[in-house]
Amino acid sequence: MRYLPLTADDRADMLKTIGAKSVDDFYGDVPASARLKGPVAGLPNFQGELEVERHMTKLSKKNRAASDGPFFVGCGAYKHHIPASVDHIIQRSEFLTTYTPYQPEIAQGTLQTMFEFQTQVAALTGMDVANASMYDGSTACAEAAVMACRVTKRQTVVLSGGLHPHYADTTRTLCEAAGIKVIQLAPAVDGELELSKAVDDTVACVIGQSPNVFGTVTDLTPVGDAAHPKGALLVAVFTEVVSLGLVKTPGEMGADIAVGEGQSIGVPLGFGGPYVGLFTCKSKFMRQMPGRLCGETVDADGKRGFVLTLSTREQHIRRDKATSNICTNSGLCMLAFTAHMTLLGDKGLTHLATLNHEAACDLADALEAVKGVKVLTSRFFNEIAFETAKPADQVLAALEKHDVIGGVRASRLFPGAGMDNVIVAAATECCTQSDIKAYAAALAEVLR
Amino acid sequence: MTMNSTGRPTSIAANGGSGTDVTVSGSKGLLQAEGLIFEIGSTDKTGVDLAKPKGTKNRLGGVTRGAPSGLPGLTEPEAVRHYVRLSQKNYAIDLGLFPLGSCTMKHNPRLNEKVARLPGFADVHPMQPQATVQGALEVIEELADWLMKLTNMPAVAMTPKAGAHGELAGMLAIRAALIARGEGETRKRVLVPVSAHGTNPATAAQCGFIIDEINAAADGRVDLEDLKSKLVDSSDVAGIMLTNPNTCGLFERDIKEIADLIHKAGGYFYCDGANFNAIVGRVRPGDLGVDAMHINLHKTFSTPHGGGGPGSGPTVLSAALAPYAPVPFIVKTDDGLRFVEHHDEAPESFGRMCAFHGQMGMFTRALAYILSHGADGLRQVAEDAVLNANYILARLKPVMSPAFEGYCMHEALFSDGFLKDTGVETIDIAKGLIDEGYHPMTMYFPLVVHGAMLIEPTETESKAELDRFCNALASIARRAVQKDPSLKTAPHLAPARRLDETRAARSPRLKWTPETATLKAAE
Ligand SMILES: Cc1ncc(COP(=O)(O)O)c(C=O)c1O
Repeated sequence: MRYLPLTADDRADMLKTIGAKSVDDFYGDVPASARLKGPVAGLPNFQGELEVERHMTKLSKKNRAASDGPFFVGCGAYKHHIPASVDHIIQRSEFLTTYTPYQPEIAQGTLQTMFEFQTQVAALTGMDVANASMYDGSTACAEAAVMACRVTKRQTVVLSGGLHPHYADTTRTLCEAAGIKVIQLAPAVDGELELSKAVDDTVACVIGQSPNVFGTVTDLTPVGDAAHPKGALLVAVFTEVVSLGLVKTPGEMGADIAVGEGQSIGVPLGFGGPYVGLFTCKSKFMRQMPGRLCGETVDADGKRGFVLTLSTREQHIRRDKATSNICTNSGLCMLAFTAHMTLLGDKGLTHLATLNHEAACDLADALEAVKGVKVLTSRFFNEIAFETAKPADQVLAALEKHDVIGGVRASRLFPGAGMDNVIVAAATECCTQSDIKAYAAALAEVLR
Repeated sequence: MTMNSTGRPTSIAANGGSGTDVTVSGSKGLLQAEGLIFEIGSTDKTGVDLAKPKGTKNRLGGVTRGAPSGLPGLTEPEAVRHYVRLSQKNYAIDLGLFPLGSCTMKHNPRLNEKVARLPGFADVHPMQPQATVQGALEVIEELADWLMKLTNMPAVAMTPKAGAHGELAGMLAIRAALIARGEGETRKRVLVPVSAHGTNPATAAQCGFIIDEINAAADGRVDLEDLKSKLVDSSDVAGIMLTNPNTCGLFERDIKEIADLIHKAGGYFYCDGANFNAIVGRVRPGDLGVDAMHINLHKTFSTPHGGGGPGSGPTVLSAALAPYAPVPFIVKTDDGLRFVEHHDEAPESFGRMCAFHGQMGMFTRALAYILSHGADGLRQVAEDAVLNANYILARLKPVMSPAFEGYCMHEALFSDGFLKDTGVETIDIAKGLIDEGYHPMTMYFPLVVHGAMLIEPTETESKAELDRFCNALASIARRAVQKDPSLKTAPHLAPARRLDETRAARSPRLKWTPETATLKAAE
């Protein structure tokens, strides 16, 4: 076995040193009825690299990769170009094969990247502080709801009709278990401002998303203005972090907590994970945050250094009183994010956001020009919803025959909501003019 | 002064003093000084060359960003150097033994990295039509099949994103099962041994349960009498969260009796499977009466820890809990594999616990690892992991204090007994290891052992590497007993000295600001 360094002689020698007859001696506490005599039955034995690689490659070929042709799927995960150096950096042994930086003297590399990441995320969102990542945007959203209840000592949260339904469902799961009531507004392409009407003085927070799952960009300032006098918090959610290069930030909208998905910067689509949840808030709520935080300090020689800090919030110290049960987070995806963001800089990010927006404008124009298409999203960043006279599942399946992956049907997001003919489509810098033309042409054919 | 035969000086003293601490550049040989990107980058710079925008009029409806982010950029050569320099301040498995108990820091095979990056896995979208991702669904199915067979459990929830998230899946399934029995409001008490990892009580609390701690017996296992006394009135018991092998590195020998007691009391048995590496291929948790158990793919199945994550925590479930598994899950149909994504199609499911379908990037890596080892290799993994730990235990027994008698499983636990009256503490031993070129062991965990030092070598260490490590740690133990004062200030040879954690927490600075830069310049 290529991964096991002990030789038969080593094993014999070591048993002798230990004074054991065989490894069976070590398993003496296992109930006799549960001791397996040999390898687990019905499973194959070891294989060489060649065989394993062949098998995995075969499986991978059964999937249609986003780069294989025109591709317009978004809804919380976006196809972006990742600079080659990002993947090189995250494959450095010292980043890839290390643990959570519990021993700061030999983990300053990881810790400094965390500190840089926290600074970048705070600046991008316009918020005071950011943590060192959550699993993904959806779990960050759920944790934000629970945190808002902790902060306000209230037990009701309100979710907008444009919040990504997976985020809403994840939030409901966590909240219901914690005895928190969840009020969910009806799905709406442009309904974030409805949150203002749903807030009263029993509500811990209102959760709105911009751009929302239909692509609609909304200034949530009025929602915050309605919530704050009632003692409720505004939680702002985003699933497309690149939008922050152009769109009004959660901080500028007066959000108390802002959470989102960071996948678009540095992390491949990867069929849904691992991704990187971004979690930010106002300074005054810092001690109520979930997750790890890195802070600046000095070492015994007085030199600047970084450590994990405020750990009395966390499970390994506070146990059942912790702000969250999270332990392992999204470390390496955080590194990919911060490395890609460092390559972009403000200049690159604004540029990238502009290209995304322009691609979406082109897509909207091209689709709207197709007979029978109605674009529903009037203010958007890189994603739009549109409606045709035909059921979306049939339209998408027919587009697939033209090798166009046209987006997500709204009925997959919100089954039974009467949105059977709606499709949500995203365009990024990866969509070429010919991709967009191919989409419009195929759609015209399909709708004819 | 020492000279070699050609007259070349071999000692630093020849150049007049050590001079290793102060250099003009701030660097020390291979160790490069490196500032923050905010100090070395600039907002004029970028490391990406993008197409020229056309100048389309924006359709953001006026919802535009006010102030720019002000974030600096770096060109590619500068960025690569920045991160490579930082990387050299990190310890890593690829550098040496990483004996962090409970964390299973084993070698991360590079084949796994390669397969995870195949475009058919890395470049597929979670919401693209399911007919176009059948290979991805097959990966999940194939891995799920292995996990169920290795554990002898009938179902597995694949979406949990780490161990703690798997605990959440299991406890939410238990909660749903109790609600279905009409006992959701009455059964709120969850028994958790004092030795449990912090995520166990944190998870149970997150699900609205009340934690009732059970003591450890003198032999490091659950105190069966204490457990029984907590079950005398059991009408409020929801279940137990028990780690096996436990965090003391020991197999809970009464585990079947514990399972029976809990089941008789009307509760469920959650097993924390973080330490599955010790028993994979030798014991199937399904044969022990377990109702739910998470498996950390980032431990037993070698997906890289990446400096804190990501992980993946598939959770196997018994027949009693399987109906409550989270969505999405895969079903077989005439047209191939398909996800059940919504509650309406799975009304008993406790719901969704994250967007999309779990940590696919970890699934491909773990499957490549599992196929590489096969059923026979995985059994060997457990045996070698346990053999290595027992070897360390045997070699260090004469100079340190084993926490318990007898053999251990995959990790060897020591108390600070041998440090009594020396003034040296567990943390000093840990920091001393750094100077010897090792990552420290897990320290002060589990809480049931005073000054705990938990050493987990894993199976991917050679005997020579184990010997080198044991020699180094034994020498530190001897220095401690001789009250060597230099241990109190160790490490001396690492990229940083001991860091002031109190200062960091007192007035937290969690991001760079121009003021902190000014402060630094003034120092
Ligand atoms: C015993 C034990 N349980 C649970 C966990 C939590 O797992 P994770 O960090 O993947 O959430 C860990 C690891 O940190 C552990 O060692």
